[in-house]
Formats: sequence, C-alpha cells, structure tokens
Amino acid sequence: MLQTAEQYLYQFDKETPIAISTDKLNVFYDDQHAMIDASLAFKQNTITALIGPSGSGKSTYLRSLNRMNDDVATVTGQINFQDININQPAVDVYEVRRQIGMVFQRPNPFAKSIYDNITFALKRRGITDKQTLDEIVETSLKQAAIWDQVKDQLNKSALALSGGQAQRICIARALAVKPEILLLDEPASALDPISTAQLEETLKGLKKQYTIIIVTHNMQQAARLSDYTVFFDQGRVVEYNQTRKVFTRPKMDRTNDYVSGNFG
Amino acid sequence: MKANQRKNQIAISGVRVIAALVVIILALLLGYIFVRGLPYVNWHFLTSPAKPFQAGGGIGIQLFNSFYLLILTLIISLPISLGAAIYLNQYAKDNWLTSVMRTSIEILSSLPSVVVGLFGFLLFVIQMGYGFSILSGALTLAVFNLPLLTRSVEDAIGSVDDNQLQGGLGLGLSKFETITHIVVPAALPSIISGVILSAGRIFGEAAALIYTAGQSAPTLDFTDWNPFNSASPLNPMRPAETLAVHIWKINSEGIMPDGTQVSAGSAAVLVLAILVFNLLARYLGRKIFKKMTATD
Amino acid sequence: MTPKSNLKTQKLLTKSKTARYEQRGKFISVLTLALIMVIVIGIIGFILVKGVTMFINDHVSLKDFFLGTNWNPGSTTPSGQPAVGALPMIVGSFGVTLLAALLATPFAIGTAIFMTELSSKKEASFLQMVVELLVGIPSVVYGFIGLTIVVPFVRNTLGGSGFGILSGTFVLFVMILPTIVSMTVDALKSVPNHYRQAAFALGATQWQTIWKVVLRSATPGILTAIVFGMARAFGEALAVQMVIGNAALMPHSLISPASTLTSVLTAGMGNTVMGSLQNNALWSLALVLLTMSLIFNLIVHLIGRKGAFKK
Repeated sequence: MLQTAEQYLYQFDKETPIAISTDKLNVFYDDQHAMIDASLAFKQNTITALIGPSGSGKSTYLRSLNRMNDDVATVTGQINFQDININQPAVDVYEVRRQIGMVFQRPNPFAKSIYDNITFALKRRGITDKQTLDEIVETSLKQAAIWDQVKDQLNKSALALSGGQAQRICIARALAVKPEILLLDEPASALDPISTAQLEETLKGLKKQYTIIIVTHNMQQAARLSDYTVFFDQGRVVEYNQTRKVFTRPKMDRTNDYVSGNFG
Repeated sequence: MKANQRKNQIAISGVRVIAALVVIILALLLGYIFVRGLPYVNWHFLTSPAKPFQAGGGIGIQLFNSFYLLILTLIISLPISLGAAIYLNQYAKDNWLTSVMRTSIEILSSLPSVVVGLFGFLLFVIQMGYGFSILSGALTLAVFNLPLLTRSVEDAIGSVDDNQLQGGLGLGLSKFETITHIVVPAALPSIISGVILSAGRIFGEAAALIYTAGQSAPTLDFTDWNPFNSASPLNPMRPAETLAVHIWKINSEGIMPDGTQVSAGSAAVLVLAILVFNLLARYLGRKIFKKMTATD
Repeated sequence: MTPKSNLKTQKLLTKSKTARYEQRGKFISVLTLALIMVIVIGIIGFILVKGVTMFINDHVSLKDFFLGTNWNPGSTTPSGQPAVGALPMIVGSFGVTLLAALLATPFAIGTAIFMTELSSKKEASFLQMVVELLVGIPSVVYGFIGLTIVVPFVRNTLGGSGFGILSGTFVLFVMILPTIVSMTVDALKSVPNHYRQAAFALGATQWQTIWKVVLRSATPGILTAIVFGMARAFGEALAVQMVIGNAALMPHSLISPASTLTSVLTAGMGNTVMGSLQNNALWSLALVLLTMSLIFNLIVHLIGRKGAFKK
C-alpha cells in the first residue's frame, strides 16, 4: 500500500497546521509522465526531506510547488497554499514564488555585489528606503549565518565567494523576500563536507520561522536534518513518514532497499 | 610505404608554402597600407576640411562624420538587436515561426550592402523625405548592422549560465526583468566586444552610404553644437560624406591633385581605427569581466 | 484563518506589477523581432516592385534583358528596342566571382589546414588574429590598393589599361580569402579529434589523414565557406568598381574594361531620374543582385542540411 496523503500525517501530529499540500499532482514533460498522483502535505516549521534515486521525480515535485515548472512542463492537480489552489492561471505566479522561495543545486549568486544580490528583488518590488534595505540585508545574512563573514565586504562581488559562502548568500537572498516556505534543491551537492555541515546547522535554525522542504540524494543528510522524509521512486510517492521511521522501520521493501543502499 | 611518406612530406611542405604565401600577401597588404599612408597622417590632415580641387586638404569633417554616424547607428540598432536577441534566446519556442524569423535574419545578414543601401535610398531618402542625410545614413546602416549585432548579442546572452535566470525566477522576479537586469549585465563583456566589432564594420562601410548619407561634406561650424542649425556638426539632416566614402569618391572622380596621397592617408586612418576597435573589443571585454568578478 | 494569511491569499489572487512588467517586456522584444522581419520583407518587396517595373510598364522582354549585350538605357538598339541588355554585367559579376573563388579556395584551404593541423597554438592564434583583422578591412581600402598596386601591375605586365576582370579578380581574391579561411578553420576544427587518431592508428600518414579524413568530413563546412566567399564577392560593389573599368561591354578578355551588376548600379544610380526607364533598368539589376544573394543563401541552407555533422 502506498503511504501518502495528509491523514497519514495526523497519526502522529494533530496540532501543527499544514503549510502546503498537493492533491493528485501530475507532471508531464512532452510525452513523459514524470510525476504521478503525488498527494502530500507538509507541516509548518518542519523540515521535510525528499529522497529517491535520480529520475525518481523528487526535484520535479519540488520545482512544481512554486510553479518553476510552468514553462517546461504541464502540471495538473492541486497545490494548496494559503487556503487556495495555487496551481491555476488566476494565481499570480510571481507572488507564489515570493511566498515560496527556492535555493538551487549549484550556488547561483548574481554577478553583483553581495549587498545587491540580497536587495535586488526587493528594489524591483519598489522597496528603496536605504535603512529598510540595510536592515533586511543584515537580518537575512544573519539568518543564513554568514553575516560575520561578509559584513565588511558587502560591496564585494558575490562571484568571488567560495561555494559554501555563495550558497548562503543565495539562502539569504531567498529569505530577504520573506517567504513562508523555503524549497531547497540539493543545496549541498556542490559543497565540501564542512560547508555542508554548517549549512545543515543553519537550516535547522531556520525551521523556527520557515517551513523547509529539501531534496537530497544524501541519505545521511536527510536522516540528520529532517523531521519527515518522503521517498520517491519512478515518478511516484512510495513512502512518507517521520524520518526516524523511514530509515529504521520502512514499510515498503523498495524504501528499505534504497535506504540500505541496495540501489540508487 | 616509402612512397607514401615521400608524398606526405611533399604535400605537407606544399601546405606550408601556401600558408606562408598567404601570410606574406596579408603582411604586405597591411604593411603597404601603413607605409604608404601613415606619412601623410598628421594633426593638420586629421582636422582640416577636404579640398576637392587642390592639394593639401584634410579629412577632418569626414572623420567626424564617420564617428557621428557610427554612434547614431549604434544608438538605433543596439536596442532593437537586444530586444530581438532576448526574444530569440529566451522566449522563442522551437517552431516554424522561429525558424522563419531566424532565416530572415540570416537573409538580411547576407544581403550585399549595396542592396541595403538602395533600400535605404528608396525608403529613407525618397519615401520618408529625409534626403541625403546623416539620419538616412544611420537608419540604413542600422538595418545593415541589425542581423550581425543580433546574432552576437544572442550568443552573448546564450553563454550566460541558465542558473542565473533560474535564480531570478526563484525570487519571484519576471523573466524579462531577470534577463534585462541580471542576464544581460552578466553578458556585458561579450556584448561590448560584439558591439565594438560591429562598429568596425559600420566605420568602414561605404556602399550603403553613397546614396543615403550622400557624397558631400558641407563645411561645419565646430563652435555651433545646436543640432537644429544647418552648419552644426550635430545636425542629423545634413549630408555627410564619411571617410570610407571619401576614399571611394576621390578615386573614382580623380580630380583631387593629391588624391592618391589623401586616399593613402585616409586608408591608413581607417585601418588604424578598425585595428583599435579590434584591440578595444578584446581589452574592454576582458577588463569588464574582471571588474564584475573582481576580488579587490 | 488569520488576517495575515488572508492578506497573503489576496496577494496571490491579484495580478502583480511583475506580471504586467513581464507582459510588456515580452511584447517589446517580440516587436523588435517583428520589426526586423518587416525590414527584410520590405527590402525584398521594394526591390522586387522596382525591379519588375521595367518589364511591366516599359514592356521590356526578359530575353532582351538577360541575353541582350547592349547596355545603354535611354537609347535604343538598332532594332528599336530599349538598350537594356544586362548580359555584360551578369557575365562580369559571375566572372569575377567564380575566378576569385577558384583562386582563393586552394589558398584558403591550405592556410586553414596549416592553422588547424600543422601549426603550433601560438602561430595559429596569431594567424587567427591577422585573419580576423583582415575580414574587417573596409572594401574601399581593398579597392584603393587594387587601384594603386594591382591595376598598374596588370597594365605593366599584360598591357592594356590594367582595368578589367583580372584586376577585379585579384582584389576580390584578397578580400574573400580571410572570410573563407576563417570559416574553413571552423569547419576543420569541428572534425572530432578521434577521427584523426583513428586514421593515425591505422597507419595513415599525416597527409593521408588530412586529405582522406579531415577534409572529407569537413567538406560541407568548406563548401559553405566557399559559397559565403562567393556571395561576398558577388555583392561587393566599391572595391570592384574601382578596378574593373566600368565599361558596360561584353568582356572579350580578362584585361579589357568590363563591369559588374554592382559597379553599374553604384555608378549609375545617382545620374538617373527616379521613374525613368534608365532608372528602372538599374533597379532590375538590383533585383538580379538580390535574387542571387537569396540563391547563395539557399545553397548554404542545402549544404547545411546535407552536412555530415554539426557542432
């Protein structure tokens, strides 16, 4: 039996509200059916890890949540967020992405100064007051735990930073827009172990204020970091449970095979 | 086996000889232009007006016209090329309409410049009534410049990592503002190189200008910078013979007594300018790239 | 539902400024592209309309135009027809183009082979720079050099005035050489290295590898380069006009003054009144020029489609 849907979550946590959920989400690239009937719900202020072999659809699912797939794929089904289905043309896709931020696999700071990287999106939305911007820059860099390292070089090009630092700038940049949810697509895959460990610490701190959904191919990372884990395989949700349970007592054989390293 | 090796050696030497010959021809060509022309180039030559019927004239007005026309042409063609390149690179779907658009740009880029010049003559000089003027010339050269500039801007934009665009979209920015504010600035070094290289082509073009910007260079009053006055250098409605057209005209009319010397000097200046454009394109591109990624 | 989330829901359901900005931006960029298309259609349309006027309004037959050898628009031939025979110019244009391509091709391919297969990196990049610079030299400069070196040289060695198809050929040869070299270099570079290694591994000499493997697999690219060179030669106006002599006569030798479509066009357009037969005849020449340019384009497309591999 496939373990999906929100009633499953309520078995162990009735209180925490749901931040975002999907109902029968399907994704098609041309003729390829990349995600089949994914129905999942994510609790507020938790970290959920999406795991699975490559091509399992975990990134596709993640990118559909803030409609980053709009241009490249057809996405059907419901994405429930802020009491409405946001997977419909009437919903402003740009506002969706402001409320559901995203951090990518490879650090992609803009070819601008650190300060401009953080403030660019804000300025484009009409926030120009220098003091407000300064405050946001400081807060979000602190949240991303990189303020101390860069506070004296805010006008330096962000391209000159190391991979780990650049990725934090990208997190700070996403936080500056004040999202509710933060989506991370294998954010540590291009980083060394030390930067990765630091990044994980930062994310743990961030869940007090944000709901975090993270795609990772690193199972130790999922186990260390997340409260819940979803296992995807071949475009389907195979298992969804508390992380501890997924890794110690998986219900599905397929999950067991994957987490014990038999394939993937 | 022996025969093969012999043949190999002969053929390879043959290729080397051909390459050497070409290098010699090209070196002589460049050498000739400079050796023949540079002795005539001095401050007086570069700044004084031409004298059609007597010796000792300069190329001041022509030189000014060439630069003025160049700047106007770039002002007209750059925004159009930029828009077209953005659309082709970022929005165009892979369908028949896109391939029609790409084909028309290709056709435009392969049209002989005389044909573009004749079109400019018909449309701008006659239909629109701009007459032989800088405006007609700049519009025509813009048409001439559009396809190449569009292609080089598109290449420049295309070489920017797609991750930059994704990053902008992920922040809730629109595709267009991400492209114009992030992707285009990131592509700026190669865009600038492309613009400067196209500037070289515009600077040396003559055939498209003969019947658009005209073949006369009225005296200019370099103290009057009001573009609405007829003697003002900035007046876009005056006819303007450029340096390249000047060389052609002197030689096809053959009435200037020191025509050969003036042509040689002008040719040297023209080639020198294009050499400078070339070097500038390399230098500026690299410098701006360094500045953008600088660690200072 | 908290009021805060209410506000956020409201925001999601309202079209943002960003969305409007995106629409506007996309529209502007489409507009610029449409403008370019309108220009292309405009050029073809204008020249087509002007170019056929002579045949329609002035009832000149296609045969008289393409096969007639008497070009003197405004006057008539002995048989009473307008003297608008364009054959001398057509022959002139094709003559200089084919001869220049014939002359330039071996030199260009040899140089390109040297640059990609035989030279060191330093030599190659130096040559690359020189070639790029030469591509950028204005055609009037080539014309001037033709006038001061080539024409006197031809006059002194072969006699005659020095003006003619031969001088035109020499000038165009030097002009299109860099173009063909740089495109051939691209074609040779796009031949995958393992082709060469496979040939060497089979015991082929360097020359056999170049001749039988590299050149053969780069043939479509090299052909494209040559056609591009020819298109440039065919459309070149001023450099040719300065050395060919500008006599609208059937060329009877390579050193007799002749003319091309472009040279007659540039020389004549200023001396005729718009709408007159003399003027219309020139536009018909322009139409021939345009058509040839489209045909060169088509050939490049056909070669490209048949090409063995692309980058």
